[in-house]
Amino acid sequence: MIEVSNLSKNFGNIKAVDDVSFNVNIGEVLGFLGPNGAGKSTTMKIITCFLKPSDGDVKVAGHSIHEDPISVKRKIGYMPENAPLYEDMTVVEFLQFVCEMRNIDLERRPSSIDGVITKCHLENVKNQSIETLSKGFKRRVSMAQALIHDPEVLILDEPTDGLDPNQKHDVRALIKELSNSKCIILSTHILEEVEAVCTRAIIISSGKKLFDGTPSELSEKSADRKVDDVFRAITTSLDVEGVTL
Amino acid sequence: MMHHTTKAIIKRELKSYFTTPLGYVFTVIFLFAIGYVTFEPGRGSFFVMRQADLSSFFRYIPWLFIFLIPSTAMRLWAEERKSGTIEFLLTLPVTVPQAVLGKFIAAWIFIALALLGTMPIVFTVAYLGKPDYGVIFLGYFASLLLAGSFLAVGTFFSAITKNQVVSFILSVVFCYIFLMAGSPPILETLSTLFPKYMVSLFEELSILNHFESMGRGVVRLSDLWFFGAMIVGWVYASMSLLDYKKAN
Ligand SMILES: Nc1ncnc2c1ncn2[C@@H]1O[C@H](COP(=O)(O)OP(=O)(O)OP(=O)(O)O)[C@@H](O)[C@H]1O
Ligand SMILES: [Mg+2]
Repeated sequence: MIEVSNLSKNFGNIKAVDDVSFNVNIGEVLGFLGPNGAGKSTTMKIITCFLKPSDGDVKVAGHSIHEDPISVKRKIGYMPENAPLYEDMTVVEFLQFVCEMRNIDLERRPSSIDGVITKCHLENVKNQSIETLSKGFKRRVSMAQALIHDPEVLILDEPTDGLDPNQKHDVRALIKELSNSKCIILSTHILEEVEAVCTRAIIISSGKKLFDGTPSELSEKSADRKVDDVFRAITTSLDVEGVTL
Repeated sequence: MMHHTTKAIIKRELKSYFTTPLGYVFTVIFLFAIGYVTFEPGRGSFFVMRQADLSSFFRYIPWLFIFLIPSTAMRLWAEERKSGTIEFLLTLPVTVPQAVLGKFIAAWIFIALALLGTMPIVFTVAYLGKPDYGVIFLGYFASLLLAGSFLAVGTFFSAITKNQVVSFILSVVFCYIFLMAGSPPILETLSTLFPKYMVSLFEELSILNHFESMGRGVVRLSDLWFFGAMIVGWVYASMSLLDYKKAN
C-alpha cells in the first residue's frame, strides 16, 4: 500500500532522511522508532505530501507523491505532530470543514461526523471551541479529523503523546480495532506501545534505517527481553549489557 | 466553477472574521475613521466645499487602506505557519494555489463588506444634494480594486515570514512605495539616477494615479490592466513563494 523507495531529505547540510526504503501493506501497523531528530516526522511529512523529498519516491496505493499528490492525500488520514487545529472553531465546525475539504457526500456527512465523535469520545465537547479544550482532547480531535473519510492509510505522528494512561489505552485499542482493514504508520517514543499495537517496527537514527522487523525480533536481541536496551544499543552503537545485535 | 476546496476555505475564513474580534475591530475602526475624515470640520471638508459628492471620502480611502489592509492580510499565512496548521491544511487534498486563492478571496469579500458599511455616507450625500451616482459607483469600484491590490501585496508578505509584525511592516512599506510611485519628490530623485524611460515606467506603477483617474469618473483600460496585473502578479508570487517555503 505504501512503497517508500530510496527517500532522502536534506535541510541545508542536515541529512534529515538518508536513503530510506520500506513497504507497508494493509493489515500492518508499522511502529516508527528513533531518537529525537531521527527523521521520523520528516519522513511522515514527505509521505503526506507536505514536504518534497530531495531524492527518492513514495507511492501510496499506486499514486506517486511527485505525479499525483492530490490522489495520495485523498487516500491518507494524517495526524501531524502536536495536533495543529483551527482553534477558533468548535469541534463540529472543524469536522464539518474537513468534510467539505474532502468532498464527502452531503448525505454522508452527519453520519461521518457522528461516527468519529463517538470513536474518539468527543460527545461532551463537540460544541466547545477547540482553544478551550485540554491537550488530550485536542489530540482526539486531530485523530477524529484523520479518520473522518475512513482512509485506507493512517499516518499518526506520536498519537499518544501527552495523553493520560486511560486515553493512551483507548487510542491503542482504537488503533488495534482499525488495523485489520487499514495500513497504519505511527511514530512513538514509548517502546511498550510498539509491542502492544505494532506488527512491525522500524528504527531510524540520523535519517538512516537501522532495524526493520517484528517487535518480538527486536526484544529477542536482549537476554532479558528489554526493548529499551535494544533500542539504546542500536541507536547509540554502545555496548549494552545483555544485548547481542 | 470554483473548486470545492477554495469554497470551503472562503467559508471558513469569512466565519473566522466574525468569531474572532479581528473582524469587528477592523470594521469599527474603518467606519469611524472614514466617517470622521469625510465630514471633518476643517478646510476642504465636505460641509465647507458645499458640494454633494464624495471626493473627500475617496481621497482618504488609500491612506486608511494602507494601514488597515496590511493589518488584515498579515495573519493570513504567517499565523498558519506559526501555529503549524499549515501542515494540517496542505495535507488535505488541496493545492497551494486553491488554498491561497481561498484565503485571498475571503479577505477581499470581508473588505467589500466593510466598504458596504459606508453606505450611510452615500445616503447622507444623496439626501443633501444631487450627487453623480456614476462617479460614486466608480469610486467604490476603484476602492475595491485598490483593496485587492494591497491585499495581494499583504498576502505575499504574510507568506514570506512567520512573524506577523514583520509581515505588517513590509506590506505597509511596499504599499506605500506603490502608492507614492508617481509623486514628484520620488520621481525627481529617480530622474537623477535613471534614464527617462525608467522614470516614466515607474510613474506608471503609481497606484494613486490609477486610483484617482478612476475616481474622476472615467474608466481607462490601462487602469483596469494595472489593477488586474497587480492583483494577479502578487497573488501568483504568493503561491510560488508558499509552495517553496511552506515548511521552513
Ligand atoms: N524545516 C526544517 N528546517 C531545517 N531542519 C529541519 C526542519 N525540519 C526538521 N529539521 C531537522 O531534521 C531532523 C529530523 O527532524 P524530525 O522532526 O524528522 O525528527 P523526529 O524523528 O520527528 O524527532 P522527534 O522525535 O523529536 O519528533 C532534525 O535534525 C531537525 O532539526
Ligand atoms: Mg517528530
